[in-house]
Order: sequence, then structure tokens, then C-alpha cells
Amino acid sequence: MWDYTPPEIIPRNGIVINPAKTCQPIGAMYAALGVHRCLPHSHGSQGCCSYHRMHLSRHFRDPIAASTSSFTEGAAVFGGGANLKTALKNVFAIYNPDIIAVHTTCLSETIGDDIQVYINQAQVPPGKAVIYANTPSYVGSHVTGFSNMVKGMVKGLSVNNNHPNGKVNIIPGFVNPGDMREIKRMLKAMEVRFIMFPDTSGVLDAPLTGKYEMYPAGGTKIEELIDAGNSTVTLALGSFASEDAAQELRKKAKVRPLILRNPIGIRATDNFLMAVSRATGQEISAELEEERGQVIDVMVDLHDQYQDKKVAVFGDPDIVIALTSFLLELGMVPNYVLTGTPSEAFAKEVEQMLDEAGIKGRVKAGGDLFTLHQWIKEAPVDLLMGTSYGKYIAKAENIPLVRVGFPILDRGVHSYLPIVGYKGALRLIEMISNALLDKQDREAADEDFELIL
Amino acid sequence: MDMAINQTDFSFIPEREKSIRTKGQQMQAIQCQADSVAGCVSQRACVYCGARVVLNPITDAVHLVHGPIGCASYTWDIRGSLSSGADLYRHSFSTDLREEDIIFGGERKLMRCIDELAERYHPPVMLVYSTCIVGVIGDDLEAVCRLASKRHRIKVIPVQSSGFSGNKSDGYRIACEVLLRMIASQERILYQPFHLNYLGDYNLAGEAWIICGYLQEIGINVNVAFTGDSRCESLLTAPGAALNIVQCAGSMGYLAKRMEEIYGIPFLNVSFLGLEDTMQSLRRIADFFANPYIIKRCEALIERELAQYGPIVKQYRQHLKGKKAAVFVGGGFKAISLIKQFRELGMEVVMVGTQTGRQEEYDAISQLVAEGTVILDDANPSELERFMLEQGADLLVGGVKERPLAYKLGLSFIDHNHERKHPLSGFTGAANFAREVEQTVCSPVWKYLDGPIHTGRINP
Repeated sequence: MWDYTPPEIIPRNGIVINPAKTCQPIGAMYAALGVHRCLPHSHGSQGCCSYHRMHLSRHFRDPIAASTSSFTEGAAVFGGGANLKTALKNVFAIYNPDIIAVHTTCLSETIGDDIQVYINQAQVPPGKAVIYANTPSYVGSHVTGFSNMVKGMVKGLSVNNNHPNGKVNIIPGFVNPGDMREIKRMLKAMEVRFIMFPDTSGVLDAPLTGKYEMYPAGGTKIEELIDAGNSTVTLALGSFASEDAAQELRKKAKVRPLILRNPIGIRATDNFLMAVSRATGQEISAELEEERGQVIDVMVDLHDQYQDKKVAVFGDPDIVIALTSFLLELGMVPNYVLTGTPSEAFAKEVEQMLDEAGIKGRVKAGGDLFTLHQWIKEAPVDLLMGTSYGKYIAKAENIPLVRVGFPILDRGVHSYLPIVGYKGALRLIEMISNALLDKQDREAADEDFELIL
Repeated sequence: MDMAINQTDFSFIPEREKSIRTKGQQMQAIQCQADSVAGCVSQRACVYCGARVVLNPITDAVHLVHGPIGCASYTWDIRGSLSSGADLYRHSFSTDLREEDIIFGGERKLMRCIDELAERYHPPVMLVYSTCIVGVIGDDLEAVCRLASKRHRIKVIPVQSSGFSGNKSDGYRIACEVLLRMIASQERILYQPFHLNYLGDYNLAGEAWIICGYLQEIGINVNVAFTGDSRCESLLTAPGAALNIVQCAGSMGYLAKRMEEIYGIPFLNVSFLGLEDTMQSLRRIADFFANPYIIKRCEALIERELAQYGPIVKQYRQHLKGKKAAVFVGGGFKAISLIKQFRELGMEVVMVGTQTGRQEEYDAISQLVAEGTVILDDANPSELERFMLEQGADLLVGGVKERPLAYKLGLSFIDHNHERKHPLSGFTGAANFAREVEQTVCSPVWKYLDGPIHTGRINP
């Protein structure tokens, strides 16, 4: 398979082959699931909602509840107002969420539905809330949709009522519940008071109890989202997924925004913890210092196993940027770096990192996996890092694949464990060096096959 | 029909009541094939989804999705249909419409994309799927495809599958229309008395290969399976067949009817799920050809296969007897087969539902099931949960969205959809199915739900 990919780069004029992104609404749905007792609502055809739930179900291996406006021809011609109003009424009556987070689709955007107006006209029971985000599928990517919905939370709920709460807002970015849990653990270790949103831990990694909870115990509470307007500072992790909401909080509630990279690897985690420490006056705890020391210890133990290896990295921009930076810390050579999300800033940021490291690499935003495969055919790499969709290239070119990012459809457990923080760094090092050594062992000639590596 | 609403404690959307019945109560037909209620957490999909799943297994076609990226991303290689050669269908092609295309129209971009794909891959056929937005911005897909066909001298066929224009069943019908276009030929059709077409098998986990093998062995040639492991060229051989057999009637019943009208090919509804249905179906096919040689070979094959796989099924039956199953699948026909197949395993189906079942299928289901069985159309997760628990199901059969729900409830699960891992068709498939059911129902994992320490007090 995949013999269709020629090594020579032929200019393409529009066609996307094997995408490295998907559309906005699924990101919005994921973000909304990180609000406590929230039902995401897809304002469009049934298929959209079904596909998003299916895709998220495959990645998290957990039930994904979301409702849809179930557009028909009538709605497409006369507008989706009636559908949305009926839907909101039905959803509150039947599924009883505390809050509904409406996102649009390419269809409802194109016919020009005004969601704010429809929500104003709808009967929202007292004590319940409806927030929304415009998420046209033909702009940006799933990461943009995530960002828009997080911004929608601020827009719809956060208020500065002049009662400073002394807390730090944390927007963790489009990461797994395992990562969100880890970020919270680090903050708790520093005894920092914080509001994190969205927070899918306890929602999409909820334990099996023998009962189906449509709204598991996790998720950021509505009161917290409101109170986020009273916080001291907002730490937005990853500019693509989190910056817009932080800026909105600045505009709306004068909360100071601080945009950081996702804390992947040593330096980014250092920066994150120091930023938290500066913002709160809390010391970085001994527990975290110990963890940092462990990672350095491991890096010294194992550096000969992965150093100088060439890596192709693809996925969502925030994750890929942070991951590239970590690979450079490890002395690896991330010479192909690609995201499906269109952006000019991405290439600049990655190119600068590669330049500083003296690496001549290829960097592309708005790219697809056909392009990545062509690069690899032209000059191979030792390791591929990205989503499950990388497995075709990995198989065709016999390159080990370390699965990180979204979506991972063919392996379990990944969403429970972090790649952020020092613990995440340790896990990434283990995955990277194991992948390389497993291949080495598998392919070693008998005389080269060694017990101790 | 002897079904009625279960009157006890109804906490559902009122509109949904008509779509849920319990066998053994009042006379009232189930409501099905209706649009979902707005605001439902429906397990259903859209027109595009229906058309795409039917056509996607055509292995040497370029499947080009005209729309924003999502519709292509979510359907990239998810069907699990196997190919004996070509693998172009496992790539994802999208015009990735952007904002400017929405404003100025997407036709020119579509044409450029078709040109690039035709020049790069030289496929014999290109299927161009329209998505919701194409229906709204008014791109003339038909015209672009006509022009492209001329320019590249290949079939470029529009699939008018805007998501909102109906439900998944409408997508099936649209796909069937496309297939009719693909098999139409100017050439004279040569009638082949011992050839048939196999409709409604998508070669998941290689299932069509198993059935084609049986037919080959008893002296019947299969021109083409629709659409599992089919190619543009093999589809062209369809009109010459003497018979169409239909496995998935939900998706392909329409094609069978149309081919009967156009080509005079009669059809038989068959099912290769379970020992009994497989045996019956093979006999009915052999009887159709009314050839002593075929009938003899057919009996010999049945005898051999039963001897091999019957004891395996029987062995699993010992562990499964008395367990209760819940079924929630796409079409009604599969549900009917599954009810019978569970009976072979000594299991009773206590809840059965479909996404797109038709009235006559629900009639057949209610004939088949025991008193008290809950029957429901287009169910949502809360309904599935409630009835599975009320009815004391041990196992759910469903698709990707139902799996985690069953697991959360501590129930075992079988994927009888795109994510099946082993072929579930034919005699060997019946044995695989029995093994899968046994493996999950009797897994040691369920023992740990209860223990000295709580499983999962939630601590966010």
C-alpha cells in the first residue's frame, strides 16, 4: 500500500490528500465536554454530530454525549432557528444538563443562522445556561474550533464583579484528560489556587462504575467559569488553542493574559512552573524538583539511544511546537515538522527553533500527510511522531511511530497518561527510546543482537 | 402487530413514544423511518454517511469529497472493507473548501482537484461526493463532472449526498443510483445462466470472499460483490448475471429492485449470519438454479462445513445458554438474522433496535422475538441504557458509539459494524461470532466490577 506516493514534490493546487486536520466543530465539542454537566449541541445535520461523537469515542474509548439540531431540507432553506429552539427545549427537558454549549457547522454558518438571536428567543429554564461558538468548518481546523468554544465560555459566562479571587486561570489547550490531570497535580503540589477550563478529566477518563453517567463528575463548574473573570492572571497553554480565550478575558474582565507553550519537555515545563510561581508567589515544590531531577537523570542514562536521530513530527500546532522543542532538548533532529492547521505563525516559530539548533528542516502549516510522506521518501527519518494516521507511512517506510496527539484510534490508555510536565517528559522519553530499540532488536542480525542496551 | 408502548414510567421525549414498543401489549405499529427529533442524542448519521459507506469499498476509485475537510477526515479508511489488490480507496481526498470558496463558489477548485487527481492516479472512475455546504452554495456538480469526464476520458460521477437532504437511508438510495450509472454500458449484455451478483456485502474482514468461495465451490460464479472488493471493471459485469442475492437489504434492496426493472434480474434476500441462515440461503440459491449438480455440491458443502463448525458453535453454546442479548444495529435485516443467531447460541434477545429499520422488518422482528422484548427505532443512549438494564441484558451488539456505553454499564459488547475484527459471515463466521460472544460475555474482567474496594468513586 501507499506505493502511490512519489518522492518528487509536485506542486498541488487545492487537493488535500490524507489530511492532518479535521473540522472546527469536533474541537468545539471536545472543549464543551470539559464543562461540568454540559451537553454539547451541534447545530447542523445529524451526520456532523454523529461523526464527531464517533471520532471522539474512538480516541477516548468512552461514551460521548452530544445533541444535534437534526437539519433537514426545510431548515437549510428557512434557517435553523426553529430547530435550535426546539432542540434547546427538548435537551433541557429530557437530558437535564446544567448548560448547553452550541456550536455551528458549515451548513448553519453558510445559511447565516444567528445563534445569539435564537438563544435569546429560546426558553432557557431558570438556573440553566446556554453558551455558543461560531465554528465554520471551512475556517482553520479542529484546533480553531476548540479555541472558539473556550472563548465562547468566557464570552458567555466570565464576569469581573470586583471580587478578586486570587486564583490563576489555566487554559490547558487541546490535550488529553491525562494531561489536564497532570497540570492540576502540579498546581496542587505548589498549593496554587486555580481555575482550569476546559477540564475533561473526570469526564472522558471517568472510571467504570457499572452506571452510565451522561454527566460524569468532572469538568469545570459554571461558577468557576463565571469567577474566572476575577482571577489574577490567565495562563494560556498553547497559543493556537488557548490564546483567544485569554485575550477575551483580558478584554472582558481585565485579567492579565500570559501565553506559554504547552509544558512538554524540560524547558517548557520549567517555564510553566516559574510563571505559576511568579504569578502566585508560591514556591515550586520539592516534589516537582525531584521529578525534574529524575527526568534529567534518565536523559543522561539514555541519551546515546536517541540522540542525533531524525524525527518527523506532525499533528496539532501547539503540541507539535512544544514537542519539537523537547526533541531538540533531547539532541534529536526534528527535520520534518508539519501541521494540518493553516497558520503563518507556526512555520516562523518552528523555523526559528530549527535555525537556532542549526538544523535544516522542512516545516509546513496547512499541510497533509501526502506531503509528509513525500518528504520522508525523499530523505528518510528514524522516527515518526504523530497521530494514528501516521501508521500508513510508518508501515510503508518501516519507521517506528510514537503516537501522540489527536486522534489516536488504534491504541488504548494514551488519554489517561500525560505528555505534559516532568512526568510526561519521562513518558515521552520511554516511548521514544523503546520505539527505536524495539526496531533495532527486531531487525538485528543474530550476531548483533544484544541483551544489554 | 402485537406491540404496544410500555406504559410504565415514561421519562422520554413524548415524540419518541411511538418509536418504542414492547411485544405482547396493544396493537399499534412502531413509528420508524421518521426524521429524528431536534435535540435528540441520536445514534443516526446523514445522507453523505449512507452514500459513502456503500460506495467506499470500490477499491480502484478515487473517492473525492467536495466540502470542508471534516467529511473526508471522518471517513478516511474507517470501513474495514478489504481489497484483493487496488487500494486507492483507502486514501482520503478532499477539496478542503475554505471561506473564499464558500463565497465565490467551489466549482473551479473542484475542477482543479479532479484534474490533479486524474493526472496523478489515472483512476478508471472518480466519485465526487457533495456535502451539506455544496448543496447550499449551489455548485453544479453534475456539470463539473460531465466536463471532467470528457476531459480525462474516465467516469467522473457526482454523488449528490448533501447531509441535510434526508437521512442515512436516503444516502443508500443515492449510492445505488450511482452504482446503476456505473454498471450501465453501451456494450451488449451477455446473459450468463450460472452467474450471480452478491449485493450488500462490503467485505468487512474479508466476509464477501468467504461467501464467494462457497458459491464458486458449488458451481456458481459471482460476477461482482456490491461493493466489497469491487472494481470499476468488475461492476460492469453485473448486468449479465442470472440472479442478484441481497445480504444487506437496507442498503441494497433498492438496487436489487432497480436491476430487476432494468435488466430483468430477479433477486433473493439472503443472510449468511449464523449457521441456520447460511444453510438456508445456500439452499435457496441452489434451488433457484435448479441444477442437480449445483444442488448436490451445495448439500456436500453444507454437510462438510456443518461438521467442521457446528461442534464449535455447540461448544460455546454450553457457556452462553440462558444469557441475554441486546441488539442495536443499522438495518432491520441484520437485526433479524442476529435474533436467530443468538438462538443458535441458546441466548434470548431481550431488546432490539435499529437506526434505519423499515416497517416490514419491524413486523418480522416482532414475529420472531419473545413476549416482553423491547423493540425500538432510532434509540438514544439513555433509552438504550434503560432498556438494557431493565431487561437484564448481558451483552450488547452494536457499532462504535454503543461500545463505550455498554462497557460503562458493565455489559459485554460485540461490534457487528465497521470495526468487526473477524469475519462474521458463513459457517466459519458463525463460529467466529460464537467465540467473540463467549470471549466477551465470559471475560474475567467483569468479576472486578464488584470487590472489596469501590470501582471508581469519582474524584475530579
